[in-house]
Amino acid sequence: MSGQHRTPRGGRIDRARPIRFTFDGHVYEGCHGDTLASALLAHGVHLVGRSFKYHRPRGFLAAGAEEPNALCTVTRDRARTEPNLRMTQVELYDGLDAASQNSWPARGFDVGAINDLLSPLFAAGFYYKTFMGPRAVGGTTMWAKLFEPVIRRAAGLGRPPTEADPDHYANRFAHCDVLVVGGGPAGLAAALAAARAGRRTMVCDENPEMGGALLTHPAAEVDGRPAAAWAASAVEELRRLGATVLPRTQGFGYYNHNFVALTERLTDHLAHPAAGAPRERLWQVRARHVVLATGATERPLVFPDNDRPGVMLADAARAFLHRWGVKPGTEAVVVTAHDAAYRTALDLHRAGVRIARIVDPRPRPAGPALDAARAAGLPVTAGGTVIGVKGSLRVSAALVARSAGAGATDHEAVPCDLVLMSGGFTPAVHLFSQSRGKLRFDAATQRYLPGDAAQAQSSAGACAGAWGLAAALDGGSAAGAAASGGEALRHAVSGDHPEDGGGTLGTLPHGRDPSRVKAFVDFQNDVTAKDIKLAVREGFKSIEHVKRYTTTGMATDQGKTSNMNALAIAAGALGRTLPEVGLTTFRQPYTPVTFGTLAGAARDELFDPVRRTPIHGWAEARGARFEDVGQWKRAWYFPVAGEDLHAAVAREVRATREVAGIFDASTLGKIEVVGPDAAEFLNRLYVNSWSKLGVGRCRYGLMLNEPGFVMDDGVVGRLALDRFHVTTTTGGAPRVLHHMEDYLQTEFPELRVWLTSVTEQWAVIAVQGPRARAILEPLVEGIDLSSGAFPHMAIREGAICGVPTRLFRVSFTGELGFEVNVPSDHAAAVWDAVWARTEALGGVAYGTESMHVMRAEKGYVIVGQETDGTVTPDDLGLGGMVGRAKPDFVGRRSLSRPDLVAPGRKQLVGLRTEGTAVLEEGAQITPVPDPKRGAHAIGHVTSAYASPTLGVPIALALVENGRALTGQTVYVPMPGGAIPARVVSPVFYDAEGERLHG
Amino acid sequence: MLLIPCPYCGPRPELEFRNAGHAHIARATAADDQGWAETLFYRDNPKGVIAERWRHFSGCGRFFNALRDTVSDGFLASYRVGEPRPAAPPPIPEGEAPRIGAGEEPRP
Amino acid sequence: MADPSIARTAPRADPPGAGALVSLGLVPPATRFSFRGDAAAADGCGRALGLALPRVACRSAEAGDRAVLWLGPDEWLVLAPEAETVPLFAAVEAALAGVPHALVDVSHRQVGFAVLGRLAPALLNAGCPLDLDLSAFPIGACTRTVLAKCDVVLWRRGPDAFRLEVNRSFADYLAGTLRVAERGLG
Repeated sequence: MSGQHRTPRGGRIDRARPIRFTFDGHVYEGCHGDTLASALLAHGVHLVGRSFKYHRPRGFLAAGAEEPNALCTVTRDRARTEPNLRMTQVELYDGLDAASQNSWPARGFDVGAINDLLSPLFAAGFYYKTFMGPRAVGGTTMWAKLFEPVIRRAAGLGRPPTEADPDHYANRFAHCDVLVVGGGPAGLAAALAAARAGRRTMVCDENPEMGGALLTHPAAEVDGRPAAAWAASAVEELRRLGATVLPRTQGFGYYNHNFVALTERLTDHLAHPAAGAPRERLWQVRARHVVLATGATERPLVFPDNDRPGVMLADAARAFLHRWGVKPGTEAVVVTAHDAAYRTALDLHRAGVRIARIVDPRPRPAGPALDAARAAGLPVTAGGTVIGVKGSLRVSAALVARSAGAGATDHEAVPCDLVLMSGGFTPAVHLFSQSRGKLRFDAATQRYLPGDAAQAQSSAGACAGAWGLAAALDGGSAAGAAASGGEALRHAVSGDHPEDGGGTLGTLPHGRDPSRVKAFVDFQNDVTAKDIKLAVREGFKSIEHVKRYTTTGMATDQGKTSNMNALAIAAGALGRTLPEVGLTTFRQPYTPVTFGTLAGAARDELFDPVRRTPIHGWAEARGARFEDVGQWKRAWYFPVAGEDLHAAVAREVRATREVAGIFDASTLGKIEVVGPDAAEFLNRLYVNSWSKLGVGRCRYGLMLNEPGFVMDDGVVGRLALDRFHVTTTTGGAPRVLHHMEDYLQTEFPELRVWLTSVTEQWAVIAVQGPRARAILEPLVEGIDLSSGAFPHMAIREGAICGVPTRLFRVSFTGELGFEVNVPSDHAAAVWDAVWARTEALGGVAYGTESMHVMRAEKGYVIVGQETDGTVTPDDLGLGGMVGRAKPDFVGRRSLSRPDLVAPGRKQLVGLRTEGTAVLEEGAQITPVPDPKRGAHAIGHVTSAYASPTLGVPIALALVENGRALTGQTVYVPMPGGAIPARVVSPVFYDAEGERLHG
Repeated sequence: MLLIPCPYCGPRPELEFRNAGHAHIARATAADDQGWAETLFYRDNPKGVIAERWRHFSGCGRFFNALRDTVSDGFLASYRVGEPRPAAPPPIPEGEAPRIGAGEEPRP
Repeated sequence: MADPSIARTAPRADPPGAGALVSLGLVPPATRFSFRGDAAAADGCGRALGLALPRVACRSAEAGDRAVLWLGPDEWLVLAPEAETVPLFAAVEAALAGVPHALVDVSHRQVGFAVLGRLAPALLNAGCPLDLDLSAFPIGACTRTVLAKCDVVLWRRGPDAFRLEVNRSFADYLAGTLRVAERGLG
C-alpha cells in the first residue's frame, strides 16, 4: 500500500506499479511516478529534515525545484552518494535509499536544535560579528577553540561522497531556431508554433512529464480534451515534427548571445542504470530565439513559526493532490491572499480533506473563487491573519486572528494538521535576468516582470505575468509564432479561472513580541523577518548588503521562495518602495549542477590531451621515466639495474661525452618559414641578422617580445633562399607561432612570407658525442658528414635509412652533434636503426634530465628557466647577438628603455660551491651570509645540478651586476645556514668549444 | 559563450578565438621613452564600445578587429586588419531588442 | 636505397572501432600539403593539381582522389594519395616558379579519422561547438575548429560522413574523447 493518504484515483502515478524505497532506514512503498516527497507525504511523513542554522524541524514547503527545506542524500553506493537533493525532484525507483540531512542523532530528536534556543547568538550578521569582534570574544583564540568547531558541526548541508565519482557525464553542443525553456502550457504552445512553422525547435522541462500546470488542473479542458491529454498530444506532435523534447532537463544558465545551458538527468530515476550509460548530459545550446516559459513560484506568507512541518504552499498541495494523488493532510487551514488557494481548498475538500478555515488577510476579498468556496460551505475569515501555529514536529493548530493595524486581535487556535499558505505568485524571471534583460516593476500587481529583452528572447505565460491556462497557452503560442514566423493559435479552455488574482508581500501582522518569535523568510538559510529588520537598523541600506549580511537568498535555492518577501520587509524597514530598493542579481545556476556534468569527459586520462612522440613507445619499452613538459610526455631518464635519477644521469652524461648519446627531441617546436621575404621577416622577429645566412647554414636565434625581454630561442636553418626551418622551445611552440602570425598579419602584412607549423611533421633524433658521426655515417645517404663538408651549424637535406631527412649539425651538449629530422611516421624505425648503431658503439639513450645537465655544463640557457619574462639578451650575456645595425626588430625599441639600460640589472653567472650539496633552484642570493630580515636579495639560482663531467655541483644564477662579481663570494641563505658560492663564468666545460668541432 | 563574427568565416563560437587586446595601437617605435611606455603598457578600460583584436585561432587563423560593447558584450562590427575603425553604429532605440545574440548560426 | 623496414608507423591512436551507433576509424596514410598564397598562386596551384582551389570560405573541392580544403583566405589543405607526395610537390613548385607562395609537406603532421553514421553529427557535437546541421554545415564544408581540447580540421563528406584531421600527438586524445562521447549518445 503506497500510503494511507493516497487518493483512490487520479494523479500522474501508476498505482499498479508499487515501488519500495528507504528513507532514514525505514522501508516505505510508493508508486511509479512518485517523487520522494509525494511518496513520503502519502505515508503522512512531513518531518523530513532539520534546518541549516537553528536545526528546526522542517517539512515540505513546495512540490518542485524551489523547495528549500526537504533536502536529502541519496546513496546508491559509497561513490554514488549525492547530497542536497530536493526530495520534491527525486524520482522514486525500486530500492531508492535516501536520508534526511542535518539532523543528529535523528530527525525527531536533534541535538543541534539547541541552536534554536540559543538563537540570539545566531542573529543576522553573526558570522561577521564573530570574525570582526574584539579579540576576547571573536579573536583567534575564541574562534579556533569555541566558535569554529561548533559552527562547523552545526552548519552546512549534506556531506559529499568520499570516493571518486564513477559515473559518466555527456556533453552536447546544440543549435536551434527556437529554444523553449519550460514545458508547461506556455512552453508547449510556443514549441508547437515554432515546430509547426518548420523551425528547429527544442523544449525542455525540469519534470519527468511535460505539461506543468496542465497536469494539476484535471477539471480543465483544452480544445475539447482534458488538459493533461492535450499536453501529451502536444509532446507527441513535437516529437513527430522532429523537435528535441527534453524532460528532466533544467535550463540553469542563460549566457551571452543566446547561449543557454541545460542539464538533463538521464539515469537518476532508474533502479538499474545501464552500465556506462551517462548519468547526466550538459546541453550547450545556441538558439536564434529563446522563449522563456518558466512559470511562477508561489510565495510563502511570513508569520511566526511558518516553517513547522505541515505548513506548505497551497499550490504545492494542489500539485501533490493532482499530480501524485496524495492528500497532504486530513484537516487544513488555508491562509491566502490569492484567489487560487480557494480553488485548491475546494479541490482538497472534494478529495476528502476537511477545510477547517480559509483565512484571507485581504480586508474585503471577493470574486468567483470566494463565492465558490462559500457555496461549498468552507468557512472564510476575511481580514484575518495567522499569528503562529501549535506543534513542533508537525503542526497541530493554527492561531487565527483578526488583523488590527500592525497587530492582531481575537485569536483562536484552529486545530489542523496542514496549513496551506499563499502570498501570491512571483514570476520566475531568473533566466530572463541572467540574459541581462531589464526587469520592470508592475506597481498594480507588485511584481517584477520581464521588461526589455537584451537578447533575441521573449517570455510567455506565468513568468511574463500571465494568469490562467488560456492566457499561458495563447501567450506561448504567440511567442512561439513571433519567434518562428509561424501561426499563433487561440485555445478554447474550460475550467480556467483567469479572473483569479491577489497577493501580498512581507509579514502578516501578529502583534507578538517580535524578539521572541521567528517568522521565516528564507527557509534554507534560516533568515527571519527580524534578521532583515535588524540589518536595516544596523545601517545596511543597499539590498545587496542586506542580502550578504543576513544571507537571505544565498542558499542553494537562491531564494526562489524568499527574495520578494525579503525585499518587501527591507523596503518597509527602510521606508522606501520596492523599485527604490532594487533587486539583487539573479545568478547561474538556477538549481545546483553536479560537478560531473560540468566536467563531462574531461577527467582522468582525458582531462587534458597527453601528447606522445613517435619514439615514446621505444622509451616506454626501455623503462624510461617520463616527465610532463606542457602536454608532452618526455623521456626523463633511462634507469638501468635499479639506478636512481642521479645515477642514471651520471651514466648517461659520461657515456655521451665519452662515446655518444641519442635523445628524442621531437617535441621541439618547428616552423617552416617560406616566401621571398622570409629572411626579412626573420630579421624583424629575431634580434639576429638573417639576410647573410647562407643556404645550408644554421644560426642560433633569439626572439624578444615587444617590451624587450627574451621570449624564445632556437636554431634556424636556411634550406633555400626563400625557405627556413625554424625551431622553437618545446613549450613555446604555439606561442611563438601565434606571436609571429600576429606581427606578420598586423604589422608587416606587406611581407610575402607564410608560416607553417611542422612540429609534428618532423620527429627529431639528437645524436651527440664524439662518435656521433660514426653512428650516422652508414645510415645517411647523399650527405657528406665530414667536418669540412658539413661544419658545425650547418643543415643538409638527404636520406637516412631510405627516408628523407633534414640533418642539422648542431649541439646542445657541447659535443659533436647532429639532429636528425625525419617524417614522423618513419621516426620509430629510424630511431631503431640509430639506436642499434649507438648501442654497438657503446653509446646510450639519454633523457631530458641529462640534456639539462649537459647544457648547463656548457652554460646554454633554457628560456623559461634562466629567463622569467624580465630578462634581456644582455642580461644573459648574449648582447653581442643583437643586430644593432638593423633598422627594426620586435623588441629593438625597448632595449633602450631606461629600465633596460639602467645599471644593476641581474646578469647570468655561474656559481661554484664547496662540497657535494646542490643548490636549490629558485634560492635567493645575498651579498652577506646573514642578511637582516627583509634585506634585499641580489639574485636567484636558476639552474643547479651535480655535474657528472666536473664531479662537482654547478649552478647558473641571475645576480645583480653579476659579471662584475666574477671571482667574488655570494651567499645562498638556506634553513641550515647560508651556503657560500663563488661567482664564475657560466660556461663550466670546454669554454673554447673545441669539442663541438670534433 | 560569445558568438564572435569573424570577417572571413562568419559568426563562430568563442572557443575558437583568442583575444589579442586593444586594436589600433600604433607601434610608435620613434616615440620618446614616455610615448613608447604608453604604447606598451597604458590602456584605457572604457565602459561602452571598444575596438579590440581577435584571432580566429582555431579557425581561419586570421587576426581581425571588432567593436564590442563592454556593457552588453554585443559585437557591433568586425573588420579586417588595416581597415579603419567603423563609426560606432547608432545606439539601439529604446525598447528594441538588439540583434546581438539573434543567433546567427555559424554558416561557413 | 629505401630500407623496406622503414614503413610508415601510424601514431598511437587506438582506433575507436565500429560502434553500434557511429563507426570511427583511421584513414590510410596520405599526402598532405599546406598551401599558402594569393589568388594568382592559388590559380597556379590549382592547375598543377587539376582542380580549382575553393575561394569560398570553409568549402572544399575534389577531383578524383585529390581534394583541397579552404582553411583560411590564403590557406588550403591539399589531400592526395600517399604515393603522390614527391611528384605532386614538384609539380606544384614547377607550376609556381617565380610566384610567391608557400608549399609545405605536412603529410606526417596529422592523421585522419573517418566518422560515419546517422549519429555522427551528434557524436562530434559532444566536443565541437559548431552547428553541424546540413543547412549550416553542408556536404563539402570544411573548417578548422575545436573538438574538446584539441584543434581539428572537420570536413563533411556526406550527410552522415565526416573526416577529421588532427595533429598526430592529439590522435590518442581525440580517439579517447570520441570513444567516451559515443557512450553519451544513447
